[in-house]
Amino acid sequence: MSLTDLTIAQARAGLRAREFSAEDLTLAHLHAIEALNPRLNAFITVSHALAMDQARAADAALARGEARALTGIPLAIKDLFCTAGVRTTAGSNILRPFVPPYESTVTANLLRDGAIFLGKTNMDEFAMGSSNMTSAFGPVENPWKRRQDAEAVLVPGGSSGGSAAAVAARLAMGGTGTDTGGSIRQPASFCGIVGMKPTYGRCSRWGVVAFASSLDHPGPFARTVEDSAILLGSMAGHDPKDSTSADVAVPDFAAACGRGVKGLRIGVPREYRVDGMPEEIEAVWLQGLVWLRDAGAEIVDVSLPHTKYALPAYYIIAPAEASSNLARYDGVRFGLRSDGSDLRDLYERTRAIGFGREVQRRIMIGTYVLSAGYYDAYYTRAQQVRALILRDFTQAFAKVDALVAPTAPSAAFAQGDKPMDDPVQMYLNDVFTVPANLGGLPAMSVPGALDANGLPLGLQVIGQPFNEETVIAVGAALERAAEFNGWRANVI
Amino acid sequence: MALDHATVRRIATLARIRVEEDEIPRLQNELNGILGWIEQLNEVNIEGVEPLTGAAHMALKMREDVVTDGGYPEKILANAPDRAGAFFAVPKVVE
Repeated sequence: MSLTDLTIAQARAGLRAREFSAEDLTLAHLHAIEALNPRLNAFITVSHALAMDQARAADAALARGEARALTGIPLAIKDLFCTAGVRTTAGSNILRPFVPPYESTVTANLLRDGAIFLGKTNMDEFAMGSSNMTSAFGPVENPWKRRQDAEAVLVPGGSSGGSAAAVAARLAMGGTGTDTGGSIRQPASFCGIVGMKPTYGRCSRWGVVAFASSLDHPGPFARTVEDSAILLGSMAGHDPKDSTSADVAVPDFAAACGRGVKGLRIGVPREYRVDGMPEEIEAVWLQGLVWLRDAGAEIVDVSLPHTKYALPAYYIIAPAEASSNLARYDGVRFGLRSDGSDLRDLYERTRAIGFGREVQRRIMIGTYVLSAGYYDAYYTRAQQVRALILRDFTQAFAKVDALVAPTAPSAAFAQGDKPMDDPVQMYLNDVFTVPANLGGLPAMSVPGALDANGLPLGLQVIGQPFNEETVIAVGAALERAAEFNGWRANVI
Repeated sequence: MALDHATVRRIATLARIRVEEDEIPRLQNELNGILGWIEQLNEVNIEGVEPLTGAAHMALKMREDVVTDGGYPEKILANAPDRAGAFFAVPKVVE
């Protein structure tokens, strides 16, 4: 067994028992990156020297008997998290030259706990996308291949596609992502790994390049539910620098893996059974419910009547917030500049060159729905619909402990399968993930089955605010039943 | 309601994004596609519903209104595309 096949929990034990060093473990991952990244394009920046310095420091800490939760564990960091002295691009040309002078709170928490950063991972530009095709640094390749059509290059999902592909391909033991409308859970489903979006406010947004502030959730990727819980435990915590950060104690998330689901009530939202849902998605969903029932849970039908309005409401609210957040990229204080005849011309040329098409589209939609005369018809109405969606969830959670549904309406698709000039087609990928963002609820994607083509399909668990532990308990029960630990992406 | 050519031009100006004349038809088409799809929200009965501005399941914290950070102009200017001394530099705006 290669060192890169270990789980975080196993590597932690091996490091403490001095079976191998943090340097060994880090080098094994850097070699894997060297071999596969030219093809997968999962990393935008590989911080080789810094990672080795961190590994030596980890070995010194281990020798002193001062190991912390993640001492010596090599991770992949989405290029949306500011990392001091390491270029942070958000997948955009406009931030191509940007080297942050400060560290985001989430990455600082991981470093405090001894983690090693292998580099910064590729992503859809400003986290706007579900395929990783909008990155200014080129698309990411999913390490999984179709059995029938092994030539097809599949997308890893998005926006956190680089982190998901890196973790699935054993280039990193775990990683960070952000989830604004499904950007952790959908790539986790497409890449056959675990991805978790905690409750809004659980992980600080400070130092994370902002897309839509009321919807952005940092969270972990890993190959097991336990590893995700370990990472979340380090990433979470109150941060006075983020006014929406929750001052709530961080429990031992990993301990919830062994709780089981006996006596839990699991809700099945009937509105998630959408028209045209592929049979295999329906089958994995039903299978998941059977597994949970066999493990002692009670399955309960619930209704979330406003589900179909979540996506259109999201595509008003998220662009509105984005148009405001992205106003800061003006070519004056940091990032790219394109010279102009006057200041306004400089702004307009910089933003035309610096932002890709999808980002420009969303800024323009956001600008329009916030503009005088249209604000109430679009933005206020979308916020009212958002309130109704949260009310649906609150009413459902009066009857159940967690909801289980598919993560995405399909397995990973091929690059070029979906027309990039038909944005609505791409937005439909997020139909099952967006509602939990609007509600700020914790949600996780766990691999549930392989489809006929050998591609992973994820199951989604949605829980109540600040009850990640129930989500983890249900996720771990599904993981045990699915026995997915034996599956792996067939990268060669 | 579909956006016309002039409205797309106005949105681009408000968003401070330079758009060439020949790009407008494509943008118009894409933006109208998105807005047409969003129209389905008009079916929802929102009578008396308080708009939800965020997902934070708790009251926002108050803090003292004091300076807690700063005093490092070199760090701030390190990423500036252009500077003059301890200032960001831009094209002349006042004659």
